[in-house]
Amino acid sequence: MSTTVTPASAPVAATRPGRAPTRRRPRRSGSALTGWLFALPTALFVVLLFLVPLVLVFQMAASDWPLLGGNQGINFPENFPEALDNRFFLDSVIFTLKYTVLATVLLIGLGLGLALLVQESSRWKGFLRTAFLVPSALGLASASLLFYVLYSPIAGPFAELTKSWGFTFLGTPDAALWSTLFLIVWRFAGFYMLLMLVGLQGIPEEVYEAARIDGGSRWQIFRDITVPLLKPTLALTTVMCVTGSLLAFEQFYILTKGGPDNSTITVVQLIYNVAFQGPNNLGVAGALSVIVLAALVIINIVQIRAFSKKAED
Amino acid sequence: MTALIEPPTTVAADRPAEPPRGGRKAPRTTSLGGIAIQMPFWVLTAALAVIFLYPLVWTAISSVAPLAGTNQTDGWGLGNYITLANYQDGILQYIGNSVFVSLLTVVLTLVISLLGGYAFARFNFRGKNALFLATIAILMVPYATLLIPLYVLLNMVGLSNSLVGVALVLTMFQLPFSTFMMRIAFESIPRELDEAAMVDGCNSWTVLWKVLVPAVKPGLITVGLFAFLAAWNDFMAPLILINDSTKMTLPLAVSNLRGQVQGVVDYGATEAGVVVLALPCILLFLILQRHYVRGFMSGAFKG
Repeated sequence: MSTTVTPASAPVAATRPGRAPTRRRPRRSGSALTGWLFALPTALFVVLLFLVPLVLVFQMAASDWPLLGGNQGINFPENFPEALDNRFFLDSVIFTLKYTVLATVLLIGLGLGLALLVQESSRWKGFLRTAFLVPSALGLASASLLFYVLYSPIAGPFAELTKSWGFTFLGTPDAALWSTLFLIVWRFAGFYMLLMLVGLQGIPEEVYEAARIDGGSRWQIFRDITVPLLKPTLALTTVMCVTGSLLAFEQFYILTKGGPDNSTITVVQLIYNVAFQGPNNLGVAGALSVIVLAALVIINIVQIRAFSKKAED
Repeated sequence: MTALIEPPTTVAADRPAEPPRGGRKAPRTTSLGGIAIQMPFWVLTAALAVIFLYPLVWTAISSVAPLAGTNQTDGWGLGNYITLANYQDGILQYIGNSVFVSLLTVVLTLVISLLGGYAFARFNFRGKNALFLATIAILMVPYATLLIPLYVLLNMVGLSNSLVGVALVLTMFQLPFSTFMMRIAFESIPRELDEAAMVDGCNSWTVLWKVLVPAVKPGLITVGLFAFLAAWNDFMAPLILINDSTKMTLPLAVSNLRGQVQGVVDYGATEAGVVVLALPCILLFLILQRHYVRGFMSGAFKG
């Protein structure tokens, strides 16, 4: 979800102030102060609930900080090797990356597919858009609980079927992964479809017409026109999806509880476990958070670089 | 960074929130042959619609259907909802908690982003761009990374285990989207409007209240809708910030409801809980769908 909004802000921030003075009459001297007063609530929230905690997480990472005992002083860099030595660290990183790649490929592919399917306006397609979007209104936790019952070998609608096949949705590591991926696709495909539709609308109709006059086939038009012109949207949705998937928590917390055999522990779940379930070590949890934050920044920079390079070609 | 994720189109917030549907007209195929050619399309899309709607419909139906091991063993009825109603402190308590957190989050988000959006759109002050960037940067930091220090900080100021604390945190997480949204909403209104009102003797506060609030109302509805959906559904913030079972919010309560009785999961009551959780969201979504879509068109997601 994250990095995405930043680029937007930049052009806005860059263009508006420059234009403002020419259009506005000179204001009274209290104007800047009034502006600050209106911005004050925002500033308070951002500083107290975002910047201060952000600094605190770095302090935690460098301190001996048990959950109940509070800050016991600096012990940098002890928390970092301890975080890396956690017996689930490597597994959770590998699992999270695997999940992220699969979820991103599925969601971007299906989001684009659904968008192309319902792009034109008609009653039926309007209904389809709504049908695909309704799951997005549910919370991830609600959706996970829903599928928890749906996948259940006792109460689920496929209980008899899975019993006769000797299969369970959440019983093996692979089944649990794919079952969770299905839940995520169900919950988010409409959301990505909507983003793709917004992107598709930005492609002028004339370009398609020109291509059709030149005798381009449907596939050629898709490959040579839609995809390249959709690149900004694809870049944005990919960054969003990768970030969101790397931070996956609820779906696994509710659906699999990290099981079977601790095979579906994600990085965020590991942080949660270290902080609140068992070790209760905020210092190590802080160190893990800092590692995740750094990894996220690097991964997003790499993605943005990759997309901008492609755009230049 | 800016050049490459440049928005494909700049859709102002005030544009009618039709978009995805107002697009290209499909060629009308009413002839029998046309329908036959379209057959695979109909089958495919109908199947997809079923896949997306089935889990919701199934849950709603089976929450009143009989199932062994639940409170609704024979015949159809509301047995599962009765289990839910009597769960621990009673579901009403948890619904009340959730309503409180959601409404407080919505009100705080609306007030702060209304004032903030006005400040960013209409005033020049020192540190304006830095503050705006810092607000947007909230999106770049993982949820869990912030929740752990927030847990410590809220403890320090006596807001541990408090629904107000949860609402404050949820409001902060809403600020990037809502501030961005409100800034665009204000910027899309011509400045001449407030200047005319100033000439008529309004000050910046009365201009905001009497002239601009009505004009940015659609933006406010979108911001409020997103804030409500996020707060009502949030799981992780209350999970980390709330310890007291009487203060749990609904998603947490329904999640904990599973496996209360000696590890045996009451699936029926869970289904009923999902229905109670999902119903307000789905209704709101269907009623305010235009405004939901506008959130995407505004560019707040597009960058």
